[in-house]
Formats: sequence, structure tokens, C-alpha cells
Amino acid sequence: MTMLLPRRGLAQILALIVILAADRVVSPQFFDLRLQDGRLFGSLIDVLNRGTPVALLSLGMVLVIATRGIDLSVGAVMAICGAIAASLADTHSLPVVLAAALGAGLVCGLWNGFLVAVLGMQPIVATLILMVAGRGIAQLITEGRIVTFTSPDLVWLGTGAILGVPVPIVIALGMLILTGAVVRGSALGLLIEATGGNARASELAGVGTRAMILAVYVWCGVCAALAGVIAAADIMGADANNAGLWLELDAILAVVIGGTSLFGGRFSLVLAVLGALIIQTMNTGILLSGYPPEFNLLVKAVVVLAVLLLQSPKLSGFAGIMARLRRAKP
Amino acid sequence: MTFKALFAASATAALLLALPANAAELTVGFSQIGSESGWRAAETSVSKQEATKRKVNLKIADAQQKQENQIKAIRSFIAQNVDAIFLAPVVSTGWDAVLKEAKEAKIPVVLLDRDIDPSGKDLYLTAVTSDSVHEGEVAGDWLAKTVGEKACNIVELQGTVGASVAANRKKGFDTAIAKHANLKIVRSQTGDFTRAKGKEVMESFIKAEGGGKNICAVYAHNDDMMVGAIQAMKEAGLKPGKDILTVSIDAVPDIFKAMVAGEANATVELTPNMAGPAFDAVAAFKEKGTVPPKWIQTESRLLTATDNPQNEYDSKKGLGY
Repeated sequence: MTMLLPRRGLAQILALIVILAADRVVSPQFFDLRLQDGRLFGSLIDVLNRGTPVALLSLGMVLVIATRGIDLSVGAVMAICGAIAASLADTHSLPVVLAAALGAGLVCGLWNGFLVAVLGMQPIVATLILMVAGRGIAQLITEGRIVTFTSPDLVWLGTGAILGVPVPIVIALGMLILTGAVVRGSALGLLIEATGGNARASELAGVGTRAMILAVYVWCGVCAALAGVIAAADIMGADANNAGLWLELDAILAVVIGGTSLFGGRFSLVLAVLGALIIQTMNTGILLSGYPPEFNLLVKAVVVLAVLLLQSPKLSGFAGIMARLRRAKP
Repeated sequence: MTFKALFAASATAALLLALPANAAELTVGFSQIGSESGWRAAETSVSKQEATKRKVNLKIADAQQKQENQIKAIRSFIAQNVDAIFLAPVVSTGWDAVLKEAKEAKIPVVLLDRDIDPSGKDLYLTAVTSDSVHEGEVAGDWLAKTVGEKACNIVELQGTVGASVAANRKKGFDTAIAKHANLKIVRSQTGDFTRAKGKEVMESFIKAEGGGKNICAVYAHNDDMMVGAIQAMKEAGLKPGKDILTVSIDAVPDIFKAMVAGEANATVELTPNMAGPAFDAVAAFKEKGTVPPKWIQTESRLLTATDNPQNEYDSKKGLGY
């Protein structure tokens, strides 16, 4: 577990605390919690609940990025899987719906992995194909309209609660533990990092880099599928035009805020999820603040810049030099 | 949608071959934007219905959101020597050259749903559009009338920042409620015209306004955001339509479903029937030479729970929304 939360998590935890404090300032009732119809209710729960899709995406994305790859298609995969789940929800049982949606995510991941690992395409180009085509596929499934459903089972996935905790939060936590157990409980995480650090050397040392790359894209697809199902369940409908739109960028941002380098070779699952929570804490804070919506993106950009500056090795080096200079002066 | 359009086109072509050439009175080419929203799909279906009603032979070209496809379609309509061209322009500029070609071929062009750059005013016969400022006013007037003299805190779900429809619907609503000192917008945030964002933003409004107790009404720039907001209110233990009044714009089928359930109060219709008035204008122009006004404004109907929402739902659900 020590590998899950290394010392470098300090900057992220600090950033989260500062943003939470800022939220408390703009909205005095931010930390209030109560039970509403057997479900916890409050802004903190909103942060966790609304942060779920990006947190799930970042779980897959961080592994892809650790192999020095990137997956731009996760938003489109969300739309495809949400559309599949919504179209089947009222006529099939929940296990069938879930199997179909997650299966579609797996196939999407396999496609991306095939292009990158077997055909040797650049990840950014390979996944761009599905990013563009995927939304079209989702629109074909929904015929361009919002497909709604009433199946209580699927709705429960988006809006139900287990012991007061909304189901999406439980699912995201479960996925974090599962992913962590698989990649850190075995040598898998190390092999993924080796693939990203130096694919050629790893290959020569006997690491099955192709299999590693294929596996991370498949996992990324499955995580995106789950996020898509939750997003559809939340609004009781699949909106192919808007579901997951631009969320691939938020997922990459979450991973980067979590301190994982885009050059691969090192990753932290917990910090990637923390990155997703930082983004959502900020989003919810902006909504609560009552500022005109024209400021939303600007505020977000400034905060992200601040968090990234906090982690910049050059900048901390710069601060160190300044401190030394000051000390050198009489 | 593309498949549908293709199918429709080939079906029309087959019909043309089967029928004697003089059976259809008018042939109209319609360059449609593409499948950008449910409303757009409904507009296409209603255009077909209106054409059938008037025995007009309508050829629809799906531009897949690209201006160059629309220009190609218009050129092909000119080559086929159609009687009139309908254009739902994807952007407002860059139409001068192709519209001049249509003018030289003496084919009248009618703009549907959106206007184009003012420099081209003499290049088209008329524009059939709704007035989105007026839509906002109708929504505001309904709320003012319903609330009466009592103080009312309104929260607003805006459309996408920078979209002209959002700015206009805001402006119209603001003008309407400015006359009533008891109506006040306390919070306004963008929900990007989507259900998911509408729900998320409403959740934050409820928390920021004392669990929703300080909110008397929600105004959403479109019905989809309102559908999301209604879910947020229900999950917060509030009764939308009773504790909190709702008024939104567009009149998509799902808002009528909410109205039947007593969870939505009013919507202002953005009619998908832009082609009907356009056909009439073209027919009058062709037969009697009547030149229509440059702008034909469609009606912005107010629909509430007393207007038989079940009936509205049934008539709209098959249109492709």
C-alpha cells in the first residue's frame, strides 16, 4: 500500500484542502450533511457523486498513460456504452444490460489496444479515430435522440444508495480497490511502468510489452463503459451528443494533477482519483459561488495552473535557489 | 439519421419514377443541417409531413453540419431546376456566391430556422424563424401571471455561454420580469443545454438556497435542462411543479411526460414546423406573385398542464426528438 500513496501526494492533498476551504468560504453550508430518502445529501456528496465519471475514467487513463500512451476515446466510449445500456434497459435484466455495455467498452479498448500494440500506431492518433467515430456510433444507436428508460434497476445504479452512500461512489471506490489490488498486489504495476519507462529494454528483459499495452487499453475501455452506464443511469437517458463530451480531457487532467508524467514509467492510482476529486471540488465550488457562468472556465484554468505549479520540480528548484541566495546575503 | 435521409431520398426517387411527371405540383429542395439535435430531427419529419399534406415533392439533403455540403446540395438543386430551395444555414456567412447562382436561375430561396448575414438580404425570398427573445418573454410573462403579487426568487439555467439563443432567451425573460419588482433572479448558471449539466447545476442551486426552500421558480433555457433539474429537485425531497414552479422552452416530448406527472408547469414551444409557412409563402409567390415579408415569425405557443399534455406527448413522440 505504500506504493499507492507515495510522498509525492502531499501537493495534491494540500491543493484539495485549499480548494475545500475556498468552497467553504463561498458556500457556508458546504460541509452540511443530512439524510434525504435514505441517501446522504449535501455538497460534499455532490462532489463525490459528480466526480465519479471522471474518477472512473482516470483509473483507466492513468494505466494507459503509465505505458506512455493516451486514450482520447474515453468520452466517446462513454456515449456508446450509455446508449447501449439505455436502449436495452427496459427490455432486458440488469446483468444483461451491464454485460452488453461493459462488453462494448471492452471491444472498444481492444480496438484501441490493437491499433497501438499490434499495428504500432501513435496512441494519440489511434485513439483519435474512435473519439471521432465513437460518437457517431452512439448517435446511430440512439438515432440522434435522447433514449430514455424507466427500469428501476438501472436507475438505482445512478441514483440509489447503499447504507446512505450513493451507488456511483461505491462503484468508483470498488473499482479503485480492485484496480489497486490487481496492479499493485502483483508485479503487473511494475511491468506496466517498465513498459512505459523503456519499452525496448523491457521487451529484451522478457516483459510482454504488447500484452501490457493491450491490457491497459482494454481496462481503460471497461472503466469508460462503467462511467457511461452511470452517466446514463443518472439522467435516466442516453444523450449521445453530450454524454462524456470533453471528459477525456478532464480525465487526462486528473491524471496529470495526480502527478503522473505523460512520459510514462510511473503512476499512482490514488492520486489520479484525487486529481479527479480536485477538479470536481473546484467545479462544484464554482457552481455554488454564484459567479456569472462566463467566469467558469477562467477560474478552472487558474486553479489548475496553480496546482500544477505547486508540483513543478523546476519551480521548487527555483524556490530553493532563491532561499539559498537569501541565506547567502549578509 | 444519414441512413434515414438516404432511405427517404431513394424512396422519393422511386416514387418519382413511379408517378407521372405532372403529379407533384411543386418540387422543393431542402438543404438540412444534419442530425445535431432532437429538434432538428423533428423539423425534418414535420417538413416531410407538411410536404405530403400539400402534395409537394420535397427533396431533403443532409449536410452533416458542413457548409460545403450545403453549398453542393444547393448547386445540385439548381441543376435539377427545382421550384424552390429551403435552406437551414449551418453558419450565417459565406452564402453570397451560391445564393447569387440560385437568383440567376430564378429559383426562390427560403431560410428556415436561422437567418444569414445581412449583406445577403436581397438574395433570398424570406426567412421563417422563431423569435428567441419573444420565447423568453412568453416564459417570463407566464411566471409573472402565475405568481401574482407574492415575492418570488427565480433560479435560471442558461444555455451554452456564447450561444445566441441562450443570450436571447435570457434577454426576453429579463425584460418580462423587469416589470414586476416581486420577481428576482437569485442565481443564474449555465447548464450547457444538457440534462446532465442541468441536473448538476440544479443540485448546487438547491444547496446554495437553503435546501431549495428559498427557490420559488426555475427558468431553464431549454426543456432538456429542466428534465435534469426536475430529477435534482425530486432527489432533494422537493416537489417540482408544486414547491417550485418550472418554466422552460422548446416543448420536447419528455417535458409533457413530466407535465402529466404534475412535475412541470409550463413550456414555450419552438415549433418544428418551419417548412409549413415556407411552403405557403412559396406557393403564393409562384401562383400570384405575392412577395412575402423578409421575416415570417413562427408562433411561440405557451403550453401548460391545462393544454392536454398527454395529447402533446403522443403527437410529438414519433417525430424524432
